[in-house]
Amino acid sequence: MTATQDTRDVVVDIQDLHISFATDAGTVRAVSGASLQVKSGEVLAIVGESGSGKTVTARSILGLLPDTALTSGAVLLTRKDGSDTHDVTTLQGKNLRDIRGRDAAMVFQEPSTVLNPVFTVGWQIAEGLRAHTQMSASDAREKAIDILRRVGIPDPEHRIDHYPHQFSGGQKQRIVIAQAISLDPGLIIADEPTTALDVTVQAEILDLLRQIPKEFGAAVVLITHNMGVVADLADTVAVMYKGEIVEQADVHTLFAAPKHEYTRALLDAVPRLGGRRFRDRVIVSEADAAFEPVDVDPSATPVVAAQDLRIVYRGRLRQPDFTAVDGVSLEIRPGEVLGLVGESGSGKTTIGRAIAGLTPVSGGSLNVLGVEMLGVKERTFRPIRRRIGFVFQDPATSFNPLLTIAQCVAEPLVVHGISSSAQEARRRVDELLEAVQLPKAFGDRFPHELSGGQRQRASLARALALDPELLIADEPTSALDVSVQARVLDLFARLQAELGFACLFISHDLAVVDLLAHRIAVLHNGVLVEEGTGDEVLGAPKHPYTQRLLASLPVPDPVEQAARRETWRNLRAAD
Amino acid sequence: MTSTITGAPTGVAPGQPSPAPEARKKKQGGGLGGYLLVRFLLIFPTIFILVSTVFLLMRTTGDPITAALGGRLPADQLAERVHAAGYDRPLFTQYVEYMGQIARGDFGHTISDNRPVTEVLTTYGTATLELAFYALIVAFAIGIPLGRYAASRRDKGPDAGLRIGAVLAYATPVFFIGILLKLVFSVWLDWLPVAGRASTGAEIAMQHDGLQTGFYTIDAISTGNPQILRDVLEHAVLPAIALGLLTGGIFLRLVRTNVIGTLSTGYVEAARSRGVNERRLLRKHAWRPALVPIITVIGLQVALMLSGAVLTETTFEWKGLGFQLIQYVKARDYVAVQGMVVMLAVIVALTNFVVDIIAALVDPRIRF
Repeated sequence: MTATQDTRDVVVDIQDLHISFATDAGTVRAVSGASLQVKSGEVLAIVGESGSGKTVTARSILGLLPDTALTSGAVLLTRKDGSDTHDVTTLQGKNLRDIRGRDAAMVFQEPSTVLNPVFTVGWQIAEGLRAHTQMSASDAREKAIDILRRVGIPDPEHRIDHYPHQFSGGQKQRIVIAQAISLDPGLIIADEPTTALDVTVQAEILDLLRQIPKEFGAAVVLITHNMGVVADLADTVAVMYKGEIVEQADVHTLFAAPKHEYTRALLDAVPRLGGRRFRDRVIVSEADAAFEPVDVDPSATPVVAAQDLRIVYRGRLRQPDFTAVDGVSLEIRPGEVLGLVGESGSGKTTIGRAIAGLTPVSGGSLNVLGVEMLGVKERTFRPIRRRIGFVFQDPATSFNPLLTIAQCVAEPLVVHGISSSAQEARRRVDELLEAVQLPKAFGDRFPHELSGGQRQRASLARALALDPELLIADEPTSALDVSVQARVLDLFARLQAELGFACLFISHDLAVVDLLAHRIAVLHNGVLVEEGTGDEVLGAPKHPYTQRLLASLPVPDPVEQAARRETWRNLRAAD
Repeated sequence: MTSTITGAPTGVAPGQPSPAPEARKKKQGGGLGGYLLVRFLLIFPTIFILVSTVFLLMRTTGDPITAALGGRLPADQLAERVHAAGYDRPLFTQYVEYMGQIARGDFGHTISDNRPVTEVLTTYGTATLELAFYALIVAFAIGIPLGRYAASRRDKGPDAGLRIGAVLAYATPVFFIGILLKLVFSVWLDWLPVAGRASTGAEIAMQHDGLQTGFYTIDAISTGNPQILRDVLEHAVLPAIALGLLTGGIFLRLVRTNVIGTLSTGYVEAARSRGVNERRLLRKHAWRPALVPIITVIGLQVALMLSGAVLTETTFEWKGLGFQLIQYVKARDYVAVQGMVVMLAVIVALTNFVVDIIAALVDPRIRF
């Protein structure tokens, strides 16, 4: 590195960083030869999929790596006033603690796990202040109130004495950001700061993060897998793949003319609103010949018909009841994919569970494959169950860790008396594994031996074991990396076209739903606010909530996103 | 009252739905006072069910007089005494009568030595509670600091050593530890008394000059004579260590596991990223959230400790409830046994109430 006159402005300078971890199975390389510079007032995004080394690189700036990490290279972190520069990799003990929070501070992914549940938020902010300065308790409190106000917590004088669980998810992330900026660091490291949040909340937090360089004069290192967030926030982008920085460019260049093959693949895999949909696919290859989209017959008897559906969770002792679904009417016809979109708590999962007979219906009418679910007896519904498949969100927890994949996939066959044992069902299991493009040999493996994407395919195989007429998929790809998600969605679309099952596809991601669904229904606080084809709902949304939801979604294109941001600001101002 | 942004009691901003329906539900509901009231009221049905169960279990084996004196008296005399005590009436009548008596605080008279059961309970119950109190102090003194230390040195030398020590402490029978302690400290070193709650002289002095609470520590202080207090405390040392060591081993592992759990949470890592030192992370950030499960299990341990006290009391001839319970069981005195079991059950129910209070004070989320 040659020193230029610009050096004074560099907040952090990572030089040829190598990080590896000593594990039982030998040394695992996490980062190989990464070099990065972040200048003051700049937002640098590090993008990559899980295991790419982006988080490890960012954590090395604060020396927050586990004891098993072996580091070489240099991480030069400069204090905000330029008075001091340290190589973080050589710091230990008190010297390391001194720079943490003061020279660089971190914003984490999941705000609800990052705030200590048994201390007030004021205490938690003040503690960082008092760890680094000689501030008195009352001064620290004043400062904490001031910071809470600046990050947009209303009524901070009172709220400072509240506990984390008394705040919403978005407010918690504001508090975490307040903690990070409280010591006026020169650098904020934001590790997936909006991944755990709903889209509309994400837009608010991105808006706040965008102000950090201007308002607080700190540079930002943003770690994310979401290209929309990158397009919204970043000035420059570093793409990491298998521990290496494969491409580094300013945001406009990167999106307009990605150079590296991996960057192009990554951008291609991102589902886009109004992009090419699976069902509109033009046949370009022989493999696509088998891919014939299902035509939905609008006059056919619906597989699922809900009329004014109400689902109420009874409150526990002295608690009010909670209405999760409030007067929803919808229909799914044979061979149709209905995309159900909504944010957390909107009731989308509850509807899916009610259709599968897992949650009782409280009012209205819900007809599933000819059976009325209001007050249904388990005995009546049991024969219907085998005609319904269910794919769960998290492939890591939806498999029994003690059974092999083949046993898991065979389970519905055994339970419904089609095969007497998992061995007998093996031939069918092999067919199913083949259908989801998994090698037969995977049947003898245990769930933990598969990657997330492979597990979710196995999960799909299990759901399809009984050749269901209706498949309920609850966020089937939200735990997966973008490129893996793209492959699973593609597989899903092919299988749906081939087998022609009806499907309720539940997701929070508008772009994913748009890719697959014939029709889209938007839920908000248990109420169905809008329903129609993708073009109707996403092209010309009528309901203000849908409009806000759409405007909140960051698109992977910095130019378009800048325009959308304005739309979002106007919508928010109109509220 | 606090005014939240929305004015809604949930503290959820409009357009920012809470993470999950469950979470939204938890945010509603009453405050601390209402929570504690419910917990307090729940004590009564708990005790009612416990007492009923004890009564019915005792009667499945027949009436107390036949149990105590059967085979030692001619059949006609036995029948006469059973009739006189009213044990030949329908079970339900007896049950209603017994519940009525207990409600008035009357536990009946023992069969073997014809004393009021309430007197037995106050005399020996206080002795057991005093022992349990000192044993708890020992258990806390061992379990909490060493458990935290082991957690902070997870899987390193000190942690492995402490874990083995803890297993030994709670796997060794309490009477064995008791005999070993007696052998070393009383017989070989002659530092501490072998058995009993106080020496005879001190007991007489307390009866003359002191209060008669049954808690010897209080009685000894009330005499104003430091020699007597010293005598009483010296007698308590070995039994308290024997029983406390056992419980302390369990506490150690409990504290270790829970603190390891909270040490690896996001909020501890976040505090570390703000430059908070490791000592404070352990003692503050990881400690308080770990307390709630620890307190809950400690509450259950108190119940086990009371039953463990039976062995300790026998080993050290500590004239407590456990020591006396053995005597009455041997004499097949079911009236006395029944009264003691009821009292232990009440103590456990009250302990659980106290645990609930402490847990609610430690964790602001417990308010449902």
